[in-house]
Amino acid sequence: MSMISLLGALEIGLIFALVALGVLISFRILNFPDLTADGSFPLGGAVAAVMIVAGQDPWLATFCGMLAGALAGLLTAWLHVRLGILQLLASILVMIGLYSINLRVMGAPNVPLIGEPTVFSPIVGDNFEAQAWLQPLVLVGVLLVVKLLLDVYFVSQSGLAMRATGANARMARAQGIATDRMVLAGMALSNALIALAGALYVQTQGGADISMGIGTIVVGLAAVIIGETILPARAIYLVTLAAALGALLYRLLIALALNADFIGLQAQDLNLITAVLVGFALVLPMIKRKLMPKKRSANPAAAASNKKEAAK
Amino acid sequence: MMRATGLTKTFNPGTPIETRALRGLDLEIPQGQFVTVIGSNGAGKSTFLNAISGDLIVDEGRLEIAGRDVTRQNAWQRAGLVARVFQDPMAGTCEGLTIEENLALAMSRGQRRGFRAAANASERDFFRSKLATLKLGLENRLADRMGLLSGGQRQAVSLLMASLQPSQILLLDEHTAALDPRTAAFVLELTDSIVKEQQLTTLMVTHSMRQALDHGERTIMLHQGRVVLDVSGDERAHMDVPDLLAMFERVRGEAISDDALLLD
Ligand SMILES: Nc1ncnc2c1ncn2[C@@H]1O[C@H](COP(=O)(O)OP(=O)(O)OP(=O)(O)O)[C@@H](O)[C@H]1O
Ligand SMILES: [Mg+2]
Repeated sequence: MSMISLLGALEIGLIFALVALGVLISFRILNFPDLTADGSFPLGGAVAAVMIVAGQDPWLATFCGMLAGALAGLLTAWLHVRLGILQLLASILVMIGLYSINLRVMGAPNVPLIGEPTVFSPIVGDNFEAQAWLQPLVLVGVLLVVKLLLDVYFVSQSGLAMRATGANARMARAQGIATDRMVLAGMALSNALIALAGALYVQTQGGADISMGIGTIVVGLAAVIIGETILPARAIYLVTLAAALGALLYRLLIALALNADFIGLQAQDLNLITAVLVGFALVLPMIKRKLMPKKRSANPAAAASNKKEAAK
Repeated sequence: MMRATGLTKTFNPGTPIETRALRGLDLEIPQGQFVTVIGSNGAGKSTFLNAISGDLIVDEGRLEIAGRDVTRQNAWQRAGLVARVFQDPMAGTCEGLTIEENLALAMSRGQRRGFRAAANASERDFFRSKLATLKLGLENRLADRMGLLSGGQRQAVSLLMASLQPSQILLLDEHTAALDPRTAAFVLELTDSIVKEQQLTTLMVTHSMRQALDHGERTIMLHQGRVVLDVSGDERAHMDVPDLLAMFERVRGEAISDDALLLD
């Protein structure tokens, strides 16, 4: 595999690490199966692209794309919390509706950004040779900032309240947590991150396209599941790290599979590869258990003190 | 102080499975009193406690806690006034979170939650000292997941969580029912000591008449969504389980004949 395609895989992997963090918040932390991503990813991209073309500052455009994503997440959560629509269904409704909205925003099936300034332009400048590794570098910075902010938030009082909302809503309410508001806020945050990824994606790919959102949620979920498999952990900073690594590894594996000419795989086989990868990641814990059956108790300290209590 | 007047709650009204769980329930509990609640299955005990906590909103009636009308408030709005321990050890805690995180959640019950760290070093010390009073060795396991604890340990921690913040009423709905006898006795003892130490106004549901008489200072019986028996003071002090059982049978018989009269 060439250096360029490796860096390309890294670049997309870093962007999808943001998607993975968003999916982590909805699926894992809030326990809210949310498919809005397929609509909020292109929404973020569409808003950012249109604003950049209109001459706005790329960072402002990116931020507005993020806000639009937050609104989409808020809408999905509202449909569920206030109107009682099933979570999955609420998110499908918003996703479908967003397809039309994205077309409206873009005014055409695609908005090219060739020659337009992007958030990367100030760093890349005229140095087009270095673009291949400078862009991923910027993305590493963005990803790090997002990850660290999430880590700090989820061990704060408010962040803990959000985790409790997803883990045991009745208990959370008994502790005075307004669980409905937490779901609204969490879903806004989740889709804001996914839209941020969309906004950055269009700036690396030279434009927005109406079909760019297809499969976003599957890739995000794949990243989360692969991350959990390679780094099973409870501490929140490891959980976010795992999701980000999962996204990178996923893109890398895809690139490898597509580049290995002898397998004969092509771009149209991407979805099949994804399905196989996720399926493999899902059964990996079971294979591990079969290979190492001797490990009895995951926590000997707990077992010992349980015995102590029983002896009392 | 808690005052309930004329509480009614009907589940699935207007359907064949309509259930009138509360039918004009009146009860006043003065500040600091420990009341035990008995009644047969389906008497409305859990419904009553859920109505107090705000888990469900009553159809009619009025509910005051510490002089505040909370009738229309939902559970999270009342949480500053109401502390509770559930029957199911899984229900009152988050098993995926650590012991420390569970305690931190309870530490801000009914308060605004901001962006500061959920637990700092001094709070961690406080949690350790509180856990040490349980004598279960949990003070060294703050970072362990709640899910690793046994049912009894979890109920003990739940009790502790309920007592971290002041409350106007503590609700215990058969909180020892899922435990083996020895662990149940331990958790009951702990209940007594926490209630006494903090002089908590307490409502404890139990299926054991023995427990109902041995704990607290007043015993009420619910039947068909109403308080049908209320004993305290000398009368209660001289009562034994057979006496209570006899009253239970008598009242139940009367209640049934009452209903029969109504049907006529
Ligand atoms: N959510 C609900 N939906 C429909 N019916 C309910 C609901 N909750 C309780 N009921 C019914 O209301 C009546 C009172 O139930 P409740 O749980 O209050 O009884 P209880 O006194 O706590 O009984 P137990 O001793 O079995 O716990 C029962 O007939 C029950 O079936
Ligand atoms: Mg009950």
